[in-house]
Amino acid sequence: MKVMQKTLLATAMAATMAITGSANAAGLSDDKVKIGVLVDMGGVYADICGQGCVEAVKMAVEDFGGSVLGKPIEVVSADTQLKPDIGSAIARQWIEQEQVDVINGAVASSVTGAVTKVASDAKKITLIAASASHAFTTKACTPYNAHWTYDVVSLANGTVKPIVQSGKKKWFFVTADYAFGHALESVATGVIKENGGEVVGGVKAPLGTTDFSSYMLQAQASGADVIALANAGTDMVNSLKTAAEFGVTETADVAGLLVFTPNAQALDPNVAGGMKLTTGFYWDMDDETRAWSKRYMARMDNKIPAMPHAGAYSSTMHYLKAVQAAGTDDSDAVMAKMKETPVEDFFSRNGYLRADGRMVHDMLQVRIKKADERANGDDIFAIEQVIKGDDAFLPLSKGGCEFAMAKN
Amino acid sequence: MATFLGINLFALSGQLLIGLINGSFYALLALGLAIIFGLLKIINFSQGALYMLGAFGAYLGLNHLGLSYWWALLLVPLAIAAIGILMERTLIRPIANEDHLYSLLLTFGIALILQGLFTHWFGSSGLPYAIPEELKGGTKLPFMYLPNYRAWIIVFSLVVCAGTWYLIEKTKLGAYLRAGTENPQLMQAFGINVPLIVTLTYGFGVGLAGVAGVLAAPVYSVSPEMGSNILIVVFAIVVIGGMGSIGGAILTGLAMGVVEGLTKYFYPEASNTVIFLVMVLVILTRPAGLFGKPA
Repeated sequence: MKVMQKTLLATAMAATMAITGSANAAGLSDDKVKIGVLVDMGGVYADICGQGCVEAVKMAVEDFGGSVLGKPIEVVSADTQLKPDIGSAIARQWIEQEQVDVINGAVASSVTGAVTKVASDAKKITLIAASASHAFTTKACTPYNAHWTYDVVSLANGTVKPIVQSGKKKWFFVTADYAFGHALESVATGVIKENGGEVVGGVKAPLGTTDFSSYMLQAQASGADVIALANAGTDMVNSLKTAAEFGVTETADVAGLLVFTPNAQALDPNVAGGMKLTTGFYWDMDDETRAWSKRYMARMDNKIPAMPHAGAYSSTMHYLKAVQAAGTDDSDAVMAKMKETPVEDFFSRNGYLRADGRMVHDMLQVRIKKADERANGDDIFAIEQVIKGDDAFLPLSKGGCEFAMAKN
Repeated sequence: MATFLGINLFALSGQLLIGLINGSFYALLALGLAIIFGLLKIINFSQGALYMLGAFGAYLGLNHLGLSYWWALLLVPLAIAAIGILMERTLIRPIANEDHLYSLLLTFGIALILQGLFTHWFGSSGLPYAIPEELKGGTKLPFMYLPNYRAWIIVFSLVVCAGTWYLIEKTKLGAYLRAGTENPQLMQAFGINVPLIVTLTYGFGVGLAGVAGVLAAPVYSVSPEMGSNILIVVFAIVVIGGMGSIGGAILTGLAMGVVEGLTKYFYPEASNTVIFLVMVLVILTRPAGLFGKPA
C-alpha cells in the first residue's frame, strides 16, 4: 500500500515537473545562463578545487563558444572557506538575487550538503565536482544533484577490492574522526567483508593530527596485512610519511582511500612509491587527457589538474550541451536532457548520468610511481587497471534514493 | 608478553617513547614562545607561521640553492632570526609600550599574511622533503622500531633546550637579559644597550621556531597550515608551564608529549583535546601555571 502511495506521489510529481518544465521551456531566464562556482580559495582544499575549478569551468564556457541559444554565458565564483553556513548563504544569494542558474565546484561534503539543500529547494542544479560523500545520490539525493567525479564507494571499491582479492585479508584503519572518515571506513569495511577479509583494528584520529607515529605502532602491533588510510589531504600525507619512517610499509601495504594528485606530489617518491589508489581522472592517461591538461596547465602556472578540475570542466560542458538541446535553462528540462545523453569526453569514459544523479563513469586504479620510474615531477601515477563504472559505483537499487527508485 | 592490568607493557613503552619524542618537539617550540613572552612580554602569535617558514626554508634551500639538511639546520634558523629581528624593529617596537593585546593582534595578522602568501605561492597540499641519508633507517628496540631520525629529534631538541636554559638562567649574559627586561631604565644607566638585547632576544626566540621547522620538514607535511595546527597546542603548553617560565616550558612540553601519547593509545579520539583539559585543570588550581610565580 505504502509503495503504491509512493509511486502515485512520484508520478504526480513527475507530471507536475513536466508541466512546469514545458511552461518555462521558452528560452532562457534573464536572457543569460549564469554559472556559480563555489570553491575553497585559501584553505586545505585550495589545490583540490579552488582557482583550478573556476578556470576549468571558464575553459568549458570558452570551448562552448561563450554563448548558448544566442545568449551569453556568465561565470561567477566565491570562496566558501569550507564553512557550510557561508556556502549555503552564498548559494542562496546567488539564486535569489543574482540569477545564478547552476552551481558547480562544491568542495567538502559538509559544505556541499548545505548547498545542495538550498539549490534543490529553489529547483537549481548542483554539479558536484569535488565531494566524496555518497549521500548526495542516496539518502540525501534530490532531482537536482549531479555528482560527477568520484565518491566514497567508488574509491573504496577501486582500491580495497583488488587488494583483498590478492590475499591480503587483515586490515587496520587509520580514520579521520569526522563524517567523511567514518563514511569512508564503513563503506570500505563492507567491501573488505564481502570479499572475505576482516578488520583487525583501527583508530579514529582527530582531523589535523600532526603526529601519527603512535597510530602506526598500534597498526604494526595489530599484525594487519594492509593499513587503510581513511583520511585526506595533510592527514593522509602525514600518516603515510610516518608509516614509511617506522618501517610499517615493509611489513604491510598502505592503501590511501582518497588521494589527489597534489597530495601524491607532496610525498617523497621513495616513501609513497608503490601505493595503490583510485582516481576518477589522471592527466597523463592518453592523448585526449594530455591535450586538455596542457591547456589547463597553461592557465594555472603549469600545475597539473586533479580530478575535480577535470570533473568541473566535463560537468559544465555536459550541462551547456543539455541547455542547447533542451532549448531552455529550466532545471527540470535540462536535467532530463543531461540524464538521457551519454557523457563521453576526455574525462568521462562510458559515462552516463543515472536517475539518482550519480554520474557513472570508468574509474582508474593507479599506483604511485617510484623515483626511478618518473620522467619528471608531474609523472606520478602508473595506471594499473580501468574499473568499469557499474562495478565502481554503488548500484541505484542499493542506494536508497527514493525518487529515483520509484521512477525505475 | 608482559602485561599489567590487561595493558601490554611492550606497547606502552613504545607509546611512552613516542610521547617523549613529540614532547621534545613541543618543548623546543614552547621554549621560543616562553622566552619571547617571559622576557619581552610579547604574545607572539606568529611563532607558528615562522615555524612553517623554517620548514619551507629547508625545502627551498634544498631545491633552489642545493643546501643539504645539515646546512639548512644551521642557516635557516639564522635567516628566520633575521626576519624576526626585522619584524621586531619595524613592526613590534612601535607598539612595545601598548597593551599586550596589540602585539597579539599584530603578530596574529602577520601569521595570517604569511600563511596566505605561502598558500598562494606553493598551494595548500604541501611539498616533499626527504629524511637526510645519514639518518635514514632505524634501530630495533625490544618493544618498538625506533627510526634514527626520531632519535635525532629528541637528542637535538634536548641539547638546544638545555643550552638555552643554561644561557638564560646561569650565565652573565642571561643575567643582563633578565635584568634588562625587569628594569630597563636602571640597566641603561649602567651602560647596557637594552633595545639591542630585546631585539636579539626576539631574534633568538623566533630562531628556535626556525630550528623546529627544519627538524619537522622530513617527518611532517611541509604545508602552509602546519604552523597554525601546532601553535594552539604549544600555547596551551606555555600556559600550563607558567607564562614566561623557561624551565617550565621545557618540562611541560615533554610531559604533555607523554600525556598526549598515552591518550593516543587509550582513547585516540581525545588526543587533540587532552592538553586543553590539563590546561583547564591547571588554571583552576594554579592560575600562574605549574612553574610560574604568582604575580
